[in-house]
Amino acid sequence: MSSEVKTTETQFRQASAEYNFGFLDEYAKKEVRRSVLKAIAIPGYQVPYSSREMPMGRGFGTGGLQLTLSLIGKQDTLKVIDQGSDDSVNAVNLRSFIEMTCPGIDTTTKVSEANLIQSRHRIPEQPLREDQVIVLQVPYPDALVVVEPSEDKRKIMHGEADYSRLLVKLYEDIVKFNEITIAHRYPTRINGHYVLDPSPIPRWDVPKMNDSKALILFGAGREKKIYAVPPYTLAEPLEFDDVPFRVENFNDENGQRRVCHRCGCDHSFLDEFVDARSGEKLYQCSDSDYCDEQLKLKNGGER
Amino acid sequence: MSNEKVLEVRNLSKVYGKGCPKCFESTGPEHNTNICPHCGSVVAAHNISFDLYKGEILGIMGESGSGKSTSVKNLFFDENPTSGQAIFFDEGKQYDLFNLNAQQKRHLRNHRFGMVYQNPVLGLNFNVSAGGNIAERLLMSNISNYSEIRERAIELLRRTEVLTERMDEMPKNFSGGMQQRVQIAKALATNPPLLFLDEVTTGLDLSVQAAILDLIMEIQRESDTAMIAVTHDLGVIRLLAGRTIVMKYGRIIETGLTDQILEDPQDAYTQRLVASAL
Repeated sequence: MSSEVKTTETQFRQASAEYNFGFLDEYAKKEVRRSVLKAIAIPGYQVPYSSREMPMGRGFGTGGLQLTLSLIGKQDTLKVIDQGSDDSVNAVNLRSFIEMTCPGIDTTTKVSEANLIQSRHRIPEQPLREDQVIVLQVPYPDALVVVEPSEDKRKIMHGEADYSRLLVKLYEDIVKFNEITIAHRYPTRINGHYVLDPSPIPRWDVPKMNDSKALILFGAGREKKIYAVPPYTLAEPLEFDDVPFRVENFNDENGQRRVCHRCGCDHSFLDEFVDARSGEKLYQCSDSDYCDEQLKLKNGGER
Repeated sequence: MSNEKVLEVRNLSKVYGKGCPKCFESTGPEHNTNICPHCGSVVAAHNISFDLYKGEILGIMGESGSGKSTSVKNLFFDENPTSGQAIFFDEGKQYDLFNLNAQQKRHLRNHRFGMVYQNPVLGLNFNVSAGGNIAERLLMSNISNYSEIRERAIELLRRTEVLTERMDEMPKNFSGGMQQRVQIAKALATNPPLLFLDEVTTGLDLSVQAAILDLIMEIQRESDTAMIAVTHDLGVIRLLAGRTIVMKYGRIIETGLTDQILEDPQDAYTQRLVASAL
């Protein structure tokens, strides 16, 4: 059995060696790069592109993957994140696919070492640098899709920056719940005009897009759209003057900020899970690299 | 009523179908039809011309299919006219309504015109609350303060006599008269200088009709809004309109002061209409 698996893997590796560097053909990469340039030139505008078939299902990050494969070169160091972690299924598989089809690149789990980061639903806690590019995987690129089903009409609304119906949704939220209840995919206005769907990142990550030093790229493979928040660009979450946007607070019932049970960090985005043995609710940093760094600091430089 | 002109419509025509050179000469009241016998096109409106002044309510009266709603729909950009001209005068500017681009049309529709349809489904968004409907209009005008929007919505709903305790309910839970009032409040949200009323009281019972008509007159007195009221109901015309246009088969057959038309109708059709109603 194990020798059979091995043979299949070897065969696959041999077959993949026959693919072009980065799996996509050069014309496909060129088209993606041109779309990226356009997306950077018009911050927040959804640039259509002919999303290629990838050897995985749409919705598994094919948009982000096509961006990564078009941008990556042999000198690059890549980090792949799935909801903050390098070890979840999506991240592991995408990383091994990219390693397989881009021989010669480096991969890392450390944010500080990477210059290209592909991420699903999180922006790293550690502030990014000017020489870094982050690629986010996007399921639904259009923030207006919740209020207008027709793409034709949405395009007109975007063109005229008419987001009144989206704001009515926020209004209705405040009427019903006394606050805006959007937890992720928080509509964000870029450079004072286009409102984009920042992919399902939590509200916690939305302020990181504002005036970001790194280029932020968004790729929606199924919906065939690429858009960008260029470096040092204004990114404002939609809000009312008197009901401002706020991030998750992670306070317990006594108003105390919860801390990560592993590293003790009190200023990162926390994941909640239940300990299988004790049944106790535990909180841990969602960003595993950041958690490691904090643990290292706590232990005086050693993990 | 002042001398300030709000709207000037000249020779507005609307033909449904491919049209032919004989369409206009072979239709109209004298032919007793608005369907062209040569090409089968429907001449819904032809040579409609009128002026509207600030603070005036102009009534457009006629039987079903006479072209009264078509005229208003063309002015509100719900449809495109076949020919004609309409100038809208607003804050020192003039807009040639039928030569605007799509963006300018949307701007006027959203900010400068108000429309109240016979059917509230057309004017209201039934997926959001009554207050949300009004908020939508206000948010289009870039008001970004929640409390201010809320106050303005309460003010508008109070003015149109909707119980403000119910403003967070969905319009589908409201009675027909109440929905119509919410629709009027929504149309008034941006203080439009021109308001179209398309059969606003049709289908409502008499006491609710009276309340809505009172409300419209009150709004006209308070904010000097120019209005075009389309109706087939002589009572509505008598109560609301200062001047009236009578239409038949897509043509204007009589126009003048409402009292004059109702007391001393000149055209045979108008005479029959008035006689049958009174």
